[in-house]
Amino acid sequence: MIFLQVIVAGLLIGAVYALFSSGLTLVWGMMNVINFAHGEFVMLGMYVAFWAFTLAHFGVASFSAIAAVVLFMLGVLVYLGLIRNVMRGPMLAQILSTFGLLLVLRYAAFWAFGANFVGLPDGILGPSLNVGGILLSAPKLVAGVVALAVTVGMHLLLTRTMLGSRILAVAEDRNAAMLMGIRPDHMQAIAWGLSGASAGIAGALIATFFPISATVGESLGLIAFVVVTFGGFGSVPGAMIAGLVIGLIESVSAFYVGPEYQDVFVYALFVLVLWVRPRGLMGKA
Amino acid sequence: MRHVGWIVLATALLLFPLSFNNPYYEQLGSLVLLAAISASAWNLIGGYAGQVSVGNAVFFGAGAYMPMLFYKLWQVSPLLGFPAGIAVSLAIAVVIGIPTLRLSGHYFSMATIAVAELIRIVVSNWGLLGAAIGLTGPATPRGWWDLVFRSSVPYYYMFLAVLLTLLAITYGIQRSRFGYYLRAIRGGERAARSLGVPVSRYKLYAFMLSATFTSLAGSLYVVKFGFIDPGSGFGILVSVNMVLIAALGGAGRLLGPLLGAAILIPLQTETNNLFGGGGTGLTYILYGGIIVLIARFEPGGLLEMWDRRRARRAARRARATESATDAAARGSHAA
Repeated sequence: MIFLQVIVAGLLIGAVYALFSSGLTLVWGMMNVINFAHGEFVMLGMYVAFWAFTLAHFGVASFSAIAAVVLFMLGVLVYLGLIRNVMRGPMLAQILSTFGLLLVLRYAAFWAFGANFVGLPDGILGPSLNVGGILLSAPKLVAGVVALAVTVGMHLLLTRTMLGSRILAVAEDRNAAMLMGIRPDHMQAIAWGLSGASAGIAGALIATFFPISATVGESLGLIAFVVVTFGGFGSVPGAMIAGLVIGLIESVSAFYVGPEYQDVFVYALFVLVLWVRPRGLMGKA
Repeated sequence: MRHVGWIVLATALLLFPLSFNNPYYEQLGSLVLLAAISASAWNLIGGYAGQVSVGNAVFFGAGAYMPMLFYKLWQVSPLLGFPAGIAVSLAIAVVIGIPTLRLSGHYFSMATIAVAELIRIVVSNWGLLGAAIGLTGPATPRGWWDLVFRSSVPYYYMFLAVLLTLLAITYGIQRSRFGYYLRAIRGGERAARSLGVPVSRYKLYAFMLSATFTSLAGSLYVVKFGFIDPGSGFGILVSVNMVLIAALGGAGRLLGPLLGAAILIPLQTETNNLFGGGGTGLTYILYGGIIVLIARFEPGGLLEMWDRRRARRAARRARATESATDAAARGSHAA
């Protein structure tokens, strides 16, 4: 029974990883730009949720929505103000720009919100549930299920709607898309917005069960990179499967080896993927 | 003319501690040189070969830990740990480099970060390496070979010797086949490969050379400061610092990293003094801001900006003389 519990807990957190990683993989696959500050986006989503709850007593649904909107705007802003100007420059400029953004966001949060951990109250989503002998904490259950739903929604948005087709068209061939009357600039701005929104919702969901700090983005950002590489660049379904797998590995290794080593297994898997199958599970060759 | 500049620079570097006979400046000078070493080492792979490593801290950390580990285990001179650090770094460079350097740029950046973090976490939990606390060197020197000096001046000259060696090697590479290969790779990997450049192999060579000198920088760091912990050895900001310093001065330029270090290290020291210990956050906000601005407006770094300005001025002067001669010619015609 305990094994089953570890598995379920891993899948639930994995769904949240899948959610924010799908945002990262979207811009990476579309523009070939890595957003090193993606973990910081998640961190900001956590703080937005925290302050929306603390100042205005918003519920989980409404502060998740607020986090999504705020981070959508931040994503668009980052694209328009920074990425648009560096995306076709040398690779060093691309990497530096989002790395600089990472430092600014992380330490601005550190400076503004302090070094102390904060958190939402424990019982915000009710007590733990006992489902057939498996003990589930309500926030993690909600976070996992909602994250899975939003990730699937994002996939459907990209594959089943006009907007999604336009975004994917730009990803595939910018010039051909332009000839079809699509404005790549708009689509890319929207993609950055969606990427930010995914990080925002994920951050708000994580905030319901995880302590919030300015430096939390470091490990979350690295997890997103591992998930995206493992799943294949630009593939939302790939990110979903990889996110669940990474969540499982973390949960199992934390339980059977020790929580301080859970990241070691994740990064080791990452290096292994690079050796064996560098294009990831569902990436294009 | 070109040699004059070199001689002036070398003399200035040699005489710096003598002219500023003040511990603060001696310390600052040695820190600038140390930062210039690790940034110049990064420059080989990140600047010349164009493969942006964001995990060079792994080599810095290996180079810093080995001398302290040797001292802890066998009480030998930290000097004996230098080659061990280089050996470990080369092994890591090969393990990361072989799979990822076959692929295009981003994989390499990602892999270097992941490996650096992996090793940082392992070291933070490894009792032999002092876990989160780290390792400490000899407190009082038993002889010169312990490399413990109270003044910064001996360190300054040690660092200077290593930096000049590295710059000489880099200069040699620039003018050799190896250097042309690296530039071809940076310009366009596919084109380079089609011209018969053994792309993966030469990227790996550049990475290994970079690892060697970054490790040496770590060893020099640890003999100067006498202790090392996971954050200051393997932390992600250690890697970022190298990238930033090289990019500020000019990535892929011989003197770019030294220029970047000469600007950024005093700035960092001053902001730390200004804001105090609690101001580390502000220092990094400033850092991040500078990085974003370089990337957005001047990705070639300050040296490239300088070159462009000089070229513009030369063009203007050429135009001026041209029109002057034109006028003179017309004048003589009329007469």
